[in-house]
Amino acid sequence: MKDLALHILDILQNSVTAGAKLIQLSIDELPAQDTYIVSIIDNGKGMSEEMAQQVTDPFFTTRTTRKVGLGLPLLKQNAERTGGNLLIHSKPGEGTEVTATFNYTHIDRLPTGDIAGTLALTVSSYPDIDFKYTHTTPEGTFVFDTIEIKETLEGLPISHPQVIAFMKDFIRDNLAEIKAS
Amino acid sequence: MTKITSLADLRRIKSDVEVKMNLRERSESPESMVQIRVAMATCGIASGAKIVMDYLVNELDKRNIPAVVTQTGCMGYCYAEPTIEVTRPGQQPLVFGYVDSKKADQIIEKYIKNGELLDGIIPVNYENIEGK
Repeated sequence: MKDLALHILDILQNSVTAGAKLIQLSIDELPAQDTYIVSIIDNGKGMSEEMAQQVTDPFFTTRTTRKVGLGLPLLKQNAERTGGNLLIHSKPGEGTEVTATFNYTHIDRLPTGDIAGTLALTVSSYPDIDFKYTHTTPEGTFVFDTIEIKETLEGLPISHPQVIAFMKDFIRDNLAEIKAS
Repeated sequence: MTKITSLADLRRIKSDVEVKMNLRERSESPESMVQIRVAMATCGIASGAKIVMDYLVNELDKRNIPAVVTQTGCMGYCYAEPTIEVTRPGQQPLVFGYVDSKKADQIIEKYIKNGELLDGIIPVNYENIEGK
């Protein structure tokens, strides 16, 4: 994965597969603490503690189309090589929380990448799932909430190409405003 | 001060789109539109599926082709990523492998517009060794 946005695109799919109805993504940039935290919380079906320990093993996967599952192991590797870590909390029936912590200034910390595109494409692919994205920097906080978007759309599909284009611009402009890295 | 996109812009886009949307399109169910699913699992993403999906969404809109582009998980063709599944209205889905922007352009121009087949189709009867 070339950037964090691609990792996020990947991990969001896990939440979708787990049947989540609400997926919350947050990115906290804390340069004062030299920390960059990405967390994804869903209300999907969750998993047992035993399974939560296995998911960062590349040879563990729930899918049947292939024998390896690299999404979480790759994210874990990228977090750990900056001196950070990957934590997974999950409860069956309640949901899962994945938190990747990076050292903010470490040379190996991946760039953030195209978060706007990642979210626009994911949100439009799953119109029945609500997404809430919160990005915090020392300059401020930006919240992108599909419940709000859908209310504004009043029935116009969120997958309409012009709505997708809007969401990209909306996220991009507002992230620039809070000087997101 | 530079202008920041806000929800007010979304309201404007919404009314624009609704004016432009003709009656035919409004009555169109997703089944009567071209449906494209982009395999967006770890393998697909690492091979550039997001770029392909971005390209398809933009180009189909520019070329005025009503289509729904969505994501899907791994279809099991990790060796041929990025893969996309294209369903023309009333036809069997076709899976194309090794899709980049150039290939996506050919798929739109030849297959989606005219139904012409082109290289890179993954046969439906393909099964992996385990599945045999």
